[in-house]
Amino acid sequence: MLRLILKRLLTAIPTLLVLVTAAFFLMRAVPGGPFAGERNLTPQVEQNLRAAYHLDESLGMQYLRYLGGLLQGDLGPSFQYPDYSVAELIAAGLPYSLQLGGLAFLLALAVGIPAGVVAARHANSPTDMGIMAFCLVGISVPNFVVAPLLVLVFAIHLDWLPAMAVEAGRGMGLRNMVLPVIALALPQIAYIARITRSSMLDVLGAGYITMARARGLSERRVLWGHALRPALLPVASYLGPAAAALLTGSVVVEQIFGIPGIGRYFVQGAVNRDYTLVMGVVVFYGTLVIGFNMLVDISYRLIDPRLRRS
Amino acid sequence: MSEQHKKHLFAAVVLAVVALLVWQATGKQSTETPGLAEQQNQPTEAVLRRGNGPEPESLNPQNSRTDPAFNLARDLFEGLLTHAPNGDLVPGVATSWDISEDGLTYTFHLRPDARWSNGDPVVADDFVYSFRRLADPSTAAFYAQNMAPVVNGSAILSGEMDASELGVEAPDPATFVVYLVTPTPYLLDLLTHPSMYPVNAAAIDAHGKDYGRPGNLVSNGAFVLEEWVVGAYISVRRNDHYWGNQGNRIDRVIFYNTSDDSAELKRYRAGELDFTYTIPLQQFRWIKENLADEFRVHPYLTTYYYGLNLRKPPFKDSPQLRQALAMSIDRELLTEKITGVGELPAYGWVPPGTSNYTPQSFAWAGMDAAQRNARAKQLYAQAGYGPENPAQVEIRYNTAETHQRIAVAVASMWKDVLGVETTLVNEEFQVLIQHIRQGEITQAFRSSWIGDYNDAQTFAVFFQSDFDLNLSGYNNPAYDALLAQASRENDLAKRRGLLEQAESLMLADTPVIPMYFHVSRHLVKPWVKDWQDNIMNLQYSRHLSLQRD
Repeated sequence: MLRLILKRLLTAIPTLLVLVTAAFFLMRAVPGGPFAGERNLTPQVEQNLRAAYHLDESLGMQYLRYLGGLLQGDLGPSFQYPDYSVAELIAAGLPYSLQLGGLAFLLALAVGIPAGVVAARHANSPTDMGIMAFCLVGISVPNFVVAPLLVLVFAIHLDWLPAMAVEAGRGMGLRNMVLPVIALALPQIAYIARITRSSMLDVLGAGYITMARARGLSERRVLWGHALRPALLPVASYLGPAAAALLTGSVVVEQIFGIPGIGRYFVQGAVNRDYTLVMGVVVFYGTLVIGFNMLVDISYRLIDPRLRRS
Repeated sequence: MSEQHKKHLFAAVVLAVVALLVWQATGKQSTETPGLAEQQNQPTEAVLRRGNGPEPESLNPQNSRTDPAFNLARDLFEGLLTHAPNGDLVPGVATSWDISEDGLTYTFHLRPDARWSNGDPVVADDFVYSFRRLADPSTAAFYAQNMAPVVNGSAILSGEMDASELGVEAPDPATFVVYLVTPTPYLLDLLTHPSMYPVNAAAIDAHGKDYGRPGNLVSNGAFVLEEWVVGAYISVRRNDHYWGNQGNRIDRVIFYNTSDDSAELKRYRAGELDFTYTIPLQQFRWIKENLADEFRVHPYLTTYYYGLNLRKPPFKDSPQLRQALAMSIDRELLTEKITGVGELPAYGWVPPGTSNYTPQSFAWAGMDAAQRNARAKQLYAQAGYGPENPAQVEIRYNTAETHQRIAVAVASMWKDVLGVETTLVNEEFQVLIQHIRQGEITQAFRSSWIGDYNDAQTFAVFFQSDFDLNLSGYNNPAYDALLAQASRENDLAKRRGLLEQAESLMLADTPVIPMYFHVSRHLVKPWVKDWQDNIMNLQYSRHLSLQRD
């Protein structure tokens, strides 16, 4: 296990380097610059700004400068928000993204897996069709429809829950988290339920399940004790990227609920040509994905004893 | 471990994680802002909740550049002059000022009771420091250009001189003197711009880049920074040392980040905002039907226009084509059917409401539609185009629904009246700006010009041949001469005449096609009192009050 972790960590370094290099040069290849706005700057002022952020140097020099900073854990200053460094911006948004994403992740697991199991157990019954119809809706109706609907119904018409995730002086309370967590979790619930259902169906057709049933085990034992674990393997491989996506937040959900997470930096950074901010979130996201994929590999070994032995 | 045990263990771990998250989330309530929640519950506390658009880029006034940041700066800081609720200029830190006869020396007398939020007096040296800081290239200030009229300002901007050479001085703590290169009648207006606000030298020395953070920001305005939750809100509270506190009925202001205007409307409807930053245009009809009483529209110092690239064909050396295109657009239809929020059709460049100025119009503005179209066809033919040989024109605009709808409408008007064949090209905003600046491939391009201060000069300079942002590439020596004459003119009435003459001259050449003048749009709750719309779209929190029945 330790060897696996070490090996994964070592391969992560070149992966990240490729990611950083590609992101850096792609970002610079895009036309436009970080300082143009609806109110234009005079060229002299823009030149001074470029000099202040070392954008007047050659691209190679800037790349080396960025890598040098990265090695020391410095993600650079944000062009768009001069009061903050990129690391500070990510650190400020992370607690919100982690809490909402973490809760949404747990909710997705807690609802998605049982729903999938139940659907598989009653395959092709009305229950199954109901669950799968719900999943189809969950996957196909985008966030930017679900989230405003939730706000409209629960915040404006019923007035049960607040429309914004963070209120001054109150922070982000449980009440504030309900709607965004549901909006974030809904598509994931649907995905997880579908994956669980189809892999569960595969497993239920396997010989050892027939064997277990033949031994007279209760259907509950068969389902939850024998079938679920092997059926979770495909779910586990989906969970890595899903967790990374949830924890780094969703631009749409963040915009609608006013969540100060880091999801919006992906889009804002790119639109504003805030090179360092984009690089920062790419590095952060890349690290998360690599980290979660490693966790998935480890969880594979926990779920499947054959992998442990090999 | 048996299966059963493992399952229990798993459940316990999940429960523990959930509990941890819940504890984290709810724990925040009590630790994040001690005292604020209780204080808000006190009925005596007047808390104004403003929708403030996208995240402000900086609270350091010399490093800010957008309206959300300016709104905060206006509450946190105060310049030599400030605004009355209706937008008029009134004394700020300076109680009075003398202008030399040649208009080149401004002497400001500072009020003795002006204080920083730490209690220190605001003195003339603070302005010397702040003005130098604005001009200094190392500050990387977006509005460093505001120092160009000051002696040595341009040389400092281009790095040829040290910032200490800037033409400002403080003969004594209560007197601040500015020396100018040319008379700058709009200087007083310019002094209300956030980039001209004083910053606290001691606090900047101590905190550097972190000056604009809660706890570090020492400011001299009606409010002082209290909390900044990046991406969510910024809260400020009453500055006990502010000289004008008697007139301020607001104890605390929360500037909510509302980068999505549909989400902002929902928060407003849920009663979480006292007024909005803007409105979502797609929902304007709904607002007009349901919230008409709370909807405020007012002209704003911004011109929406199509620039014409005069450096390249087809617009180079073809004033007839430019005029024909400008004439054949039905601006009333555009503003009624497409933008539809109360924008004013633009037949000139300088928006109405600009102080000390009569906006000029195209010579043909008085014609009716039939006359206009007939004349446009004539000009079109004179330019060498006709049904056999239609003009091919390209419109470039940045990708957004409103811009697209306008471009489609304009293209069809050109087609109907003149038979022009128009191609529409939409580009991402940053790409469009780059193409406009390069002036190589653009023909007609969408843009807006926003006045930085309330004076015709901020609009007139756009067409000066050597102005860096003369996007059309307009070059008319007669126009330049009128502007130069105006810049030397001390008599306000004569100067006004010269600028008006220049605008008429420019309009006759038609280097741009003005479409409409923008409006500011807000939803304001009925309990927000003393709200006054103004042309600069300014709302100082200290001018407002809250009165819930």
